[in-house]
This record gives sequence, C-alpha cells and structure tokens, in this order.
Amino acid sequence: MQKKDLGLLVLILVVGAITTALNPVFLSPVNLGNMANLVGLFGIFSIGIGVVIITGGIDLSVGSMFALIGVVFIDLMTNQGMAWQLVLPVAIGLGVAFGIIHGVLVTRFNMQPFVVTLCGLLIYRGAARYYMADATIGFGYAGGFDTLEWLASGRSFGVPHTFIAFVVVAIVMGIVLHRSVFGRYLFAVGKNEEAARYSGIPTSLVIASAYVISGALAGLAAVFLAFYTYSIQPSAHGNFYELYGIAAAVLGGCSLRGGEGSILGIALGTVLLQVLQNLVNLLGIPTSLNFAVMGTVILLGVLTDQQLQRRRARLLAVKAHQAKTASVQPARA
Amino acid sequence: MNHGVNAGATDDVNGERGGPGAAPFLGLVRIGKTYPGVTALADVGLEVARGEVVGLIGENGAGKSTLMKVLGGVVAPDSGHIEIDGMVHQALTVPQSLAAGIAFVHQELNLFENLDVAANIFIGREPRWGGPLRLIDRQVLYERTRPLLQRLKVDFDARTPVAALSIAQRQMVEIAKALSLDARLIIMDEPTSSLTVSETERLLDVIAELKAQGVAVIYITHRLNEVKDCADRVVCLRDGVVAGALTHDEIAHAAMIRLMIGRDLKALYTPPGCQPATGLEVQGLRTILFPDRAVDLEIRRGEILGLAGLIGSGRTELARALFGIDPPLAGTIRLDGAPITPATPRQAIARGIYLVPEDRKRSGLVLEFPVRVNVTLADLKSHAKAWLISGSREAETAERQKARLNIRTPSVDTEVVTLSGGNQQKVVLAKWLAMRPSVVVFDEPTRGIDVGAKSEIYAILRQLADAGVAILMISSDMEEVIGVSDRIAVMHEGRISGILDNRDSFTETNVLELAVNSPARTAA
Repeated sequence: MQKKDLGLLVLILVVGAITTALNPVFLSPVNLGNMANLVGLFGIFSIGIGVVIITGGIDLSVGSMFALIGVVFIDLMTNQGMAWQLVLPVAIGLGVAFGIIHGVLVTRFNMQPFVVTLCGLLIYRGAARYYMADATIGFGYAGGFDTLEWLASGRSFGVPHTFIAFVVVAIVMGIVLHRSVFGRYLFAVGKNEEAARYSGIPTSLVIASAYVISGALAGLAAVFLAFYTYSIQPSAHGNFYELYGIAAAVLGGCSLRGGEGSILGIALGTVLLQVLQNLVNLLGIPTSLNFAVMGTVILLGVLTDQQLQRRRARLLAVKAHQAKTASVQPARA
Repeated sequence: MNHGVNAGATDDVNGERGGPGAAPFLGLVRIGKTYPGVTALADVGLEVARGEVVGLIGENGAGKSTLMKVLGGVVAPDSGHIEIDGMVHQALTVPQSLAAGIAFVHQELNLFENLDVAANIFIGREPRWGGPLRLIDRQVLYERTRPLLQRLKVDFDARTPVAALSIAQRQMVEIAKALSLDARLIIMDEPTSSLTVSETERLLDVIAELKAQGVAVIYITHRLNEVKDCADRVVCLRDGVVAGALTHDEIAHAAMIRLMIGRDLKALYTPPGCQPATGLEVQGLRTILFPDRAVDLEIRRGEILGLAGLIGSGRTELARALFGIDPPLAGTIRLDGAPITPATPRQAIARGIYLVPEDRKRSGLVLEFPVRVNVTLADLKSHAKAWLISGSREAETAERQKARLNIRTPSVDTEVVTLSGGNQQKVVLAKWLAMRPSVVVFDEPTRGIDVGAKSEIYAILRQLADAGVAILMISSDMEEVIGVSDRIAVMHEGRISGILDNRDSFTETNVLELAVNSPARTAA
C-alpha cells in the first residue's frame, strides 16, 4: 500500500467516524449493505475509466453507454424474449464494441480522447433516447431471468453481489495492472509514449486495449445498474456517472497526465465518494448540495496531496544540499 | 528611444560611419566559461563594429553557441567581461542584452505559427489602447510592421499568418522583429541550414542591406562558401578558444579549414579484436528529409562505423529508418544477407536492431520509472512467467547490468531522473545489452556526458563490436568520430559523401571536407 492510499483510507475512516458520531445509523447493517451495493456499482466502471486515465486518456462516454446498453438489454429480454444467457454477452459485447471504436479513433486516427469520448457521450445518449422514443422501459412482469436478477441484485451472506463482483474485478485488474507485462506497458505508455515505442512496445494496441477494458466494464456495470434501478428513463439514466468514475480515479491518485495510479486507490476513491454521499443523506444536509460537497472534497484532497508532495520534494532537495555542503565544509575549515 | 528606421540618422549624429574599420561598439574580452568536466570557452575575445559582418566558424561543440549565449544574457561567463559602448559588464542579463540592441535569429525559429506576421513581430510589446482594457491597437500594430517589411523587401504582408510562410520567409519575420527592437547586432545561427540556393542568395542580399544600414551581423555557419561571400572578417573557435581570425582579404576555403582543425585525435583508439564480417547492408535508402538522395552503406559485424556529418545532413533520419520509426521511402536493408523491412521499432528490435536515441530523456528512458523498470522494458517477456512479471528476475537482470556497466545509482529501484547524464545513458545501454543485439545504432552516444563516463561508454562500444555486433555511431564530436571509429562514413545533404577506410586518412581535414562537401580532393 502506498502512502497516498493510506492517506485516503485514513480520510475514509475519519469521515465515517464523524458521520457515526452524528448519526449512528451509519454503521447499521442496512446502511452498510446499501453502501456496499453502491460502491460495487460505481467501482466496476470507475476501474475501467481509471485504466484509460493511466494511459493519459479519458473516457467520458460511460454514463451514456449505461443508458444505451441498458435499454437494449431490457428490450431484448422483456420484449424480444431472448434468453439472458445470450443477452448478457450482448450487453458486454456492446461495451467492448464501443471501446474498440474509441480505441481505433484515438490511436489509428490520432483523435484526442476527450473529443472521441465526448462524441460518444452525445451519440449513445441520443441513440438510447431514439431507441425508446424517450419512453421509460422497465422489466415489468416479464420473467425467465430470475437467475440473472439474483446474480445482479441479490445478496449472499448479506453481501450485495455488486460488491462481490467489484472485488473480483478489482483483484483481477489489480493483478493485470500491477503485476502483468500488459500493466507495465500501460504505465510506460502513459508516462512516456515515445520512449515506450522506442522500447518496442506496441503503443497503439496498448492504448486501444485500455478503451476496450473500459467499455467491457461499462457493459458489465450497465447490467448491474439496470437491475438496480429496475427501469430506465433513457434521457436521465446514468447521467454524469462518468464524472463519478473520473472523480474516483483522481481521488485515488491517478494523474490526468497519465502514467500514475493504482487499482487500490481507485477503489478507495469510490468508497470515499459513496461515504460522502451517505453523509449528506444521513446528516440531513439538503441533497441538492450533494455535488457541491463532493466537488469540495475532491478539490481539497487533490490540493492537499500536491502540496504535501511539493513539500516532500523540497525537504529532499534541502537534505541533499545539506549533505553536499556538509561534505565540503570540513575541507575548508 | 529611436526607432529602427532612424539607424542611418543616428550614424550622422555620431559622425561615424558603419563598416569595417569603425570603432567597435561591442567587445567580448577574455571570456571564460567552464561546465563540470568541460571548458566551453577560455580567454575568448571578439569585437564587433557598426555595420560589420563577422563570420563565426568552428566545429560542432567548439563553443560558438556558448559564446552567443553570453551575448544574449543567457549564460554568465566565469571570467572576462563584456564592453558595450564603453560600459563594462561582468555578465549581461537578457534585458540588458536587448537594450544593447543585440538580437538573435535562431536555428529553430521561435515563432507562433497560429498568429500573423505583425503579431509575431510585436509579441509581448503590442501597441495598446483603451487604457485599463488593454486592447491591442491593431491599426498601429500593422502601421509599425509595414515599414519593417518594406526595409527587407519581402513578398508577404503584415497580416499573413506565419503558418503560411516558408522557412526562409519566417527567417525574414525574425529579422524584422530584430529590426523592430532597434537591433544594432543580429546574430544568425546557421540561418541557411534549411534554405534553398535562391533563398540563401536572398538572405545574403538582406545581410548586405542590413550592413549598409549600419546593422552588424554575426554569421554562424558551417557553409564556408557563404562566409566567403558575406563576411568582412572571420573568427574561428576551436575547443573553446579563438583558433584564429582572417581579415577580408585572407578569407579562403583552405585557410578556414586549417583554422577549424587541430590536434591528434587518434590516441583514444583501440583496434578491433576480430575480423569484420557482413552485417547490415543499406542500399538506395531514401528518407523523407531528402527524398531525392539515396544512401548506400555497409555496417559490418565486429566494427564501429562512425557516421559524421553536419547537423541536418540526414544522419538521424537514417537511424530512424533503420529502427523502423520512419520507414524509408525506398531502398533495401539486408541483415546477414537477408532482406528486412522494419516498419516499427518493435519489428526492428525483434531483428536485433537497437537504437540508442539522440534525446535519451524523451525517447530513451521513462525518467520517472526506476532503473530496474527501464532496463527490462524492452524485454519484459523474458522476465515474466505466463504474462506475470517476475520481480526477482527483473531485479537480477538490473543488478547484473548495474555491475556490468558500472551504473552509479544507490539502488536499482532509484528513479532514473535522479541520476547523472552519464549514468542515465548507461541505463539506456543496459536495456539493449541485456538482450541479443545484432546491430546497435548510437545517435550522439556521449552528448552531455562527463569525460569519465565517455571513456567507459567507448569501452562498451568496443566490447560490443568484439562480440560480433555491428555498430553505427552517429556523432558530431570530431574527437569521438576519429578516436573511436574503425571506419568513418560522412554524410552531406542526404547522401554519403565519402567513406574513410584507412585510419591513416582519419584527419579532421578529410572528415570536414567531406562534411561541407567542398570541391577539394575527395578522400580515399
């Protein structure tokens, strides 16, 4: 665990302790279970966005993907009567397909990730609304997917399955990012693409893969989210969710310049965001202030982190200078 | 403050006339500057009079740039002083240099392509109106720009976007900017390196006009013919000292070459330990920079082939083509007799062709990563089991390379950015040496590296060659080219202008003559 992650953990515990002191409901099993459910939902796609950010890119399209993949998913199962074993791969496959398109546009056509995924955000949202003619779609009384519903929104031993899925994704992606050759390539490409290319790393492939991972995880999260809301209003479903993901990644130590970040950090960032939301709810703060609280905490968090880093660097420089002068002075005396 | 247009009038007031023979208004006296391990300048003196054109010549690294940086106020000399209009300065600051009327026309032009000509000339000094609103007075801006452009007789307008201008035209914008600053001295660093013949002639005409208007010019170039055409006087630097000066009548090709060359550089050499064998053969290779020139070259296994030539002669482009960064337009490359077409660095590396790039910080290393990660970056798969990196294998390789190349770092987990230039370069070498090289291209292997690390790197080059690797060493350092190479190829404007096979023919004269492609005898 890095110092950064430790600091984040401490912050989560402090915020949690304050909330508990003011409203003991915070630690009740029901509240913790709900929070775990939300952490799972948001954590899965935040990891995907984090991977893209580590390559120096950004993925703004995730929230709109939830709407488009979500309506297609529900429509295929309830209205078209397709088996969930078929529809689930279709949902994730759609996310992968979008990721491939983003990746190709960014690497092959040299477009800026912000522009590509911003257009994705607009296009998928528009497509979802057109697909449903702006009508809300729900699972209603359709049946035949009880297993999937249990998998997506059920609990085992009181732990929401979303959270279990998130932990599994986090562990797998943690190994991929921090232990595998591909992960090393991701960080190298994010930090210095030219040096990576000069070392024989297939940089385009690596960058495109990051968008595919983000798309795949968004497809998976879309399914969980559909069962969480149970009905989808195409114009509002998943709005701003990409910003939660970016916020979690930034809080978790990802630099938007690329090459920095960790899965643990992103996970802790997600947890902190949910704890803050919970705090707003439990302490009776008007929910309209929700975003404002979140924004303030992210701002202060990143600011503090950078100031601390600068101070550390300055201390190191001073120490090095002292060591140098100390070794020179005896000679003069 | 008088405006540039009045330069002639000022002359009348002072009652002095421009041109050679006039009293110097600017003098550098006994300037010295040392960097760790290098004496850049020692006891250098230079005087400039109004309306005088001084040619400044010397090899790459002779100290020309440092001397000009002293004039520009960017580098403070360790000793000596600078006299301007009788005032003595220990060192100049940038504003002092500007106030003295010293202006630069840089090799890499410093213009904003997204702005128009007038905006570029008056950047940071825009005429304003509207008081606290600080709006740009566009009318005055263009009115002030027009006479400057007229003075240079250019064929573009004050409103032309710089992006639409050729390099030669951009240079004129820089000169106009210098004139707008009331420049009395314009320093031109390799101004013709990317100009065509007619553009060069035009520039020489402009220099003559500037001279007539009383503006002095220091003209830095490798192209001796141009010096002959425009300079009143030539000063030659060599290894940081003034090697000599030539008056107008003495300026001749042979005399300049004689001044530029110096000592015996063969002492560094260690002979190869094995017979050279066929390695990399390049035939008819054309690159983007010189699409109409073809390169033929053979780099044998077991030898160090030095590649000399001036900056911009196409050497780096050749290296990039071999390494698959910019695939060549035409031509064949053979490795051990078999044709290869590296289209990406990845493919080149798979063939055992490695590049130690010129800019190690940008292309050779991921500076924020530890030594260990940089050393294994190109060969991660050998340090992994089933796609998972084995930390112990990585550390083992890094430690082995650290010992083998004598990389001075507290630990292999230290970030590369904290190491000295020489040790950073060794990390780049360690990356490739940990693998199985067939051909290694070194682009300026010892640039910015202290003397001790230099000789270590030369020793590594020789070890590699003796192990049967073909080595191409691109270098602008004459000492290095002559002292380390088994053979020397010289490039001039996109083609090999000559190859020196015999160490007896390794002289600075021979290399330089091929590099500037003088009409003199071609070396064997």
